[in-house]
Amino acid sequence: MPLFYDARIRAYLYQVIAVGLVLLVAWVMFSTASANLAKQDIATGFGFLARQAGFVITETAITYEPTDTIGRAILVGIANTVKVSLLAAILGTIFGLLVGIGRLSHNPVLSRLMLAYVEALRNVPLLLYLLLWYSLIISTFPPVKQAIQMLPGVFLSNSGLVMPALHWESGFAALVTAILVGIVAATFVARMLGRQRVVSGKDRPVALIATVAFLLPLVAALLLANISVTWDVPELGRFRLSGGYHLRPEFVALLLGLTLSVSANVAEIVRAGIQAVSKGQWEAATALGLSRARTLKLVILPQALRIIIPPLTNTYLTVFKNSSLAIAIGYPDLVMVSNTIMNQTGQAIESIAIFMGVYLGLSILISLVMNWYNAKVALRER
Amino acid sequence: MKSRILQLCATVAGIAVGLVAATSANAATTLETVKARGKLICGVSMSTPGFATADAKGHMEGFDVDVCRAVAAAVFGDPEKVDFVLTNINTRFQALQSGEIDMLSRQTTMTFSRETSLGLDFGPTVFYDGQGLMVPKSLGVNSAKELTDAAICTLPGTTTAQNLSDFFRTIGGKFELVVFENPDENRNAFFSGRCEAISSDRSDLASIRAVANNPDDYVVLPETISKEPLAPAVRQNDSNWRDIVSWSAWMLMAAEERGITQANVDEMTKSEDPEIQRMLGVNEELGKMLNLDNKWGYNIIKGVGNYGEVFERNLGTKTALGLTRGPNTRWSEGGLLYAPPFR
Repeated sequence: MPLFYDARIRAYLYQVIAVGLVLLVAWVMFSTASANLAKQDIATGFGFLARQAGFVITETAITYEPTDTIGRAILVGIANTVKVSLLAAILGTIFGLLVGIGRLSHNPVLSRLMLAYVEALRNVPLLLYLLLWYSLIISTFPPVKQAIQMLPGVFLSNSGLVMPALHWESGFAALVTAILVGIVAATFVARMLGRQRVVSGKDRPVALIATVAFLLPLVAALLLANISVTWDVPELGRFRLSGGYHLRPEFVALLLGLTLSVSANVAEIVRAGIQAVSKGQWEAATALGLSRARTLKLVILPQALRIIIPPLTNTYLTVFKNSSLAIAIGYPDLVMVSNTIMNQTGQAIESIAIFMGVYLGLSILISLVMNWYNAKVALRER
Repeated sequence: MKSRILQLCATVAGIAVGLVAATSANAATTLETVKARGKLICGVSMSTPGFATADAKGHMEGFDVDVCRAVAAAVFGDPEKVDFVLTNINTRFQALQSGEIDMLSRQTTMTFSRETSLGLDFGPTVFYDGQGLMVPKSLGVNSAKELTDAAICTLPGTTTAQNLSDFFRTIGGKFELVVFENPDENRNAFFSGRCEAISSDRSDLASIRAVANNPDDYVVLPETISKEPLAPAVRQNDSNWRDIVSWSAWMLMAAEERGITQANVDEMTKSEDPEIQRMLGVNEELGKMLNLDNKWGYNIIKGVGNYGEVFERNLGTKTALGLTRGPNTRWSEGGLLYAPPFR
């Protein structure tokens, strides 16, 4: 048989050709762009990343000063993008799960309400919501000088929520270790007891024992390690509250907008997933005497999860990319920082290449993680 | 199957050839391109009162717009033969580099790195500006130095954010920077009190103040924290086109110096002053040296007036912006406007 008709070889051949073509096109575009830039005397290259940034970024997830390099400023942008999208994905999923289940409720008021919620959020562009939330926040709350004091040291105003922050003198690492050890211990204990119950049939208070397992390392850390914290309490200066932890309206508006948009999408995915599980499963569970809530938790959701995961991956990718709308409401994400840099250096192609690279890289990472999880929950046929 | 792959290869090769071919076809000079098109395409800023805005009928007006019209009048004898492209801060230079616009006439600061590394050349400074800060009067602040710890709203990038950082570093204070992509959001955040101050070029602050519900509630602080020479820009290495843009701008200034106005330009053609005669194309052929009609100077002044008229019409004390001439006065009165001799 000629080599070309071997299905496997042919499959590889196509792949090689496809990759080759993509590389060819990329190379042609790259060389054309470089030639054009050279012809117009436009500077190229990534050398500008080592130059001093010189501008302030107000909200930073990692330490940053204007005297740091442009490269560092881009890292700050990436960290801010990751922070807000990660939080939005987690909160949106939890919230969306509840809305999705509510959508299937037998209570007509609840299910209609959830329907309205989902439709309202899915049918209006996210950008408009972001502008709406932002305008609401900055026009509803009073200026800083008339900030509402909710609790001692906790102030709410149109420049955000300021609260006392814990300042770790020492012992932070010990505490984190204790919490991690606690989580591992609790998981281990819970699993072991579960297995024992299957074997021996003895019913022990699993939740209680797991909690104790979680708390023990924590108590040990508190007793043994030298943990000392001070409170960093905000003070009202001439214009601003200084010190403490500052939750800014730009971040809140973006997080709110993204979270709600994720939750609406997740709700639809969850509803579709649940409805896709055969009705017989409900009936069988009811016949066994399981309550509706337990049926959902033990029988339906585990099966629905297999249908839910792939579209959920899409939602996560979307929220991550949508976070770039931050620029409209002043949250310093990757795009905003890159834009500032583009303006100051004029290195548009390089800056865009960087943020395309970052978005591509992180999107692939999200896909990989979700695909791994998908493979884990997939139906295993033996 | 094989033929389908061949087809795909051919398509991709075609695209590649197209990409290469498209880039080698820009041999024509800007003047030739503009003349062949029959219209100038000029990049201006987005809705900045006084500099570039559309009136109720959609007709563009403003200081930057008039600079475009002056060039259109020089090339075509008709100030209306110009199309405007609204450029934002991020795309303005790319629009010029890629040939989407023939010239950029917006509040763009001439700087060393822009002139040397962006593939563009600046014309003469048409507006001497400087970055300032504006605060609500109720804040009780009289100097930018008192603004330590304040939140300051700005537009992204440009030189604005960096100048602020530099300023607060020299006075040893910190501040919170809030950056918006969209000028409207930027203004709203300031007006609703999210920021204590807003920072931009002083001319732009006047423009922001002009749209406030009650402009008298806001005050521009005395400090000017940077030099912002605003100048039109063209693509690099097109000397003739740069000359046309530069000398059109200087024509506006020289006309004011010589007392030539939109109203008296016809009379002035009878003037005995040899420089006025050269400027208006009565004797000598300066226009031909620019590859333009000899009446180019006459056309500019007839079409848009002199610098003083352009300034007063768009930015002056009788407009909503209410700017005084300040450094933008002619050199003979102690200002910075100085047109080289027309000879």
